[in-house]
Amino acid sequence: MNILEAKNITFGYGEKQVLNNINLSVNEADFIGIIGPNGSGKTTLLKMLCRGLKPEAGQVLFKGKNIFKLDTGFVAKNIAMVPQDETIIFPFTVFEIVMMGRSPYIKRFSWEGKEDVEIVNSAMKLADVFRFKDRNIDELSSGERQRVFIARALAQMPKVLLLDEPTSHLDINHQYDILELVKKLNENVKITVVMISHDINLASKYCKKLVLLKKGRIYTEGKAKKVVTKKIIKDVYGVNVNLIKGNVLL
Amino acid sequence: MKNKFKTYILLGLILLIAIIFLGIFIGGVEIAPKEAVKIMLSKIPVIKESFPAGGEDNISDILLKVRIPRVLLALLVGAALSVSGAVFQGLLKNPLADPYLLGVSSGAALGAAIIILSSLPFFFFGIPVVPFAAFAGALLSMFLVYGLARTKGKISLHTLLLSGVIINFSFSAVIMLIITLSNKGLAEVVVWMMGTLNNTNYDLLPYITPAALLLMFIIYMFSNDLNIIAVGEETAVYLGVKTERVKKILFILTSMLTALAVSVSGLIGFVGLIIPHIARMIVGPDHRVLIPFSAILGGIFLILSDMLCRSVIAPSEIPTGVVTAILGGPFFLYLLKRKK
Repeated sequence: MNILEAKNITFGYGEKQVLNNINLSVNEADFIGIIGPNGSGKTTLLKMLCRGLKPEAGQVLFKGKNIFKLDTGFVAKNIAMVPQDETIIFPFTVFEIVMMGRSPYIKRFSWEGKEDVEIVNSAMKLADVFRFKDRNIDELSSGERQRVFIARALAQMPKVLLLDEPTSHLDINHQYDILELVKKLNENVKITVVMISHDINLASKYCKKLVLLKKGRIYTEGKAKKVVTKKIIKDVYGVNVNLIKGNVLL
Repeated sequence: MKNKFKTYILLGLILLIAIIFLGIFIGGVEIAPKEAVKIMLSKIPVIKESFPAGGEDNISDILLKVRIPRVLLALLVGAALSVSGAVFQGLLKNPLADPYLLGVSSGAALGAAIIILSSLPFFFFGIPVVPFAAFAGALLSMFLVYGLARTKGKISLHTLLLSGVIINFSFSAVIMLIITLSNKGLAEVVVWMMGTLNNTNYDLLPYITPAALLLMFIIYMFSNDLNIIAVGEETAVYLGVKTERVKKILFILTSMLTALAVSVSGLIGFVGLIIPHIARMIVGPDHRVLIPFSAILGGIFLILSDMLCRSVIAPSEIPTGVVTAILGGPFFLYLLKRKK
């Protein structure tokens, strides 16, 4: 059954058309990778899926309902987004930032309860940021910060997890850890994942399905074997590559 | 978290009460604490029988008609400006924001000046007009500054501060023009422009106090949302905050709060900048603690500043805004320098 669906989505920033009539269906417990060159509309598409941006035409449906008609708190309990990076000016601690993931569950006037603290602690442990939970967010490296945002998304306990290049600032051991974690959540807890990646090889290895964007349109989609071919890479990225055991080599 | 809140707020309140009494005792005419307490007790309905109002009448007058209202006014204005500053800083994700620097205060001053200097009535069917005029002015300048600083949906820090300065200058010039054209006492108005708690507007206190408390309470209800907006507006949307709506509500409520303060005290600058900063250093950036703590700290700061104003060259006075600017100017420069 599809849990998230983009129907005929079109979007532009001013004159520039970024997405052109996109149709995307995300099934429950899917692990979808969105790949494509810079400027192909990957991030814009992902933002549409969590009401970060409103499509000019078309709609995004969560379990068949237009997400812009749903309660914002309800959407936040079901769909979590890990943005690429954000600069935070005020000295919130890691714990405080991750606790913000609980805000859709906490009523106005009340403070976080014991259960919220437990959820936040285990989210921090999963993303390996518990060690520095009392440090200020503005003192962390971008890789550490990225893991904090992943922990915050986990604290939302979402059904759908959206990740915008979650490994872009990470060193290889953390790239591996984070993707293994996402894979585990996907397999064991049946969290639906949509992830943008510029690393075609990592995306092919972890995602069950790839969606390749080119200039705001879906060029092709399907299993990695079908999407990542010498010809398609040449057509979309304009480079000649060799494939060795399904991995792209320049 | 909640314990931290209780500890800081309790300590702050104890200190505040001590400062309030200090502010009441100290001034051009020293009032002995014992006598002051006696006079105050003699005014409380139930126990006044046991404390017959003795002593000199003029001491009692100074205390009840000047000293106490003035300290309460300082507390209220200090709290209102500090809360406004904290909210502006959070909303704009910019620790250099403050109602004075953003031009909101001078907008409010313009609105208030039009009523004060023209022959329009102060009360309209029993409702004081000045705060409403100040609010209209504050909103006007807020929209102007915000509109000028916004390009392609983004707000640049430099343009924002610059537009604030420009609006400040222009509105002050318009106020000066109105002063020149009207034939009211120039010196009095100039002092008001510099910010003072020494005025005859104490009769506004019964109106301003509940309004300011209510505004601060409603603002406080949004502290959690403000925390998330201060982290990032996009993220706030992902976390279920109705970002655009909350921002609009908070901008309007904060402009109202600033307008209330300005309508009774004129242009007291830098309080809204310094206090939230110091408060953040002490309690951290969580607005659930930061907002009430800023209110307390702002009250303390302005009561102390005002004590300086009325005692240093007694029986003359320094305008309160002069003292806060002398303290705040260097602090602002320090922050600006540190930011680079």
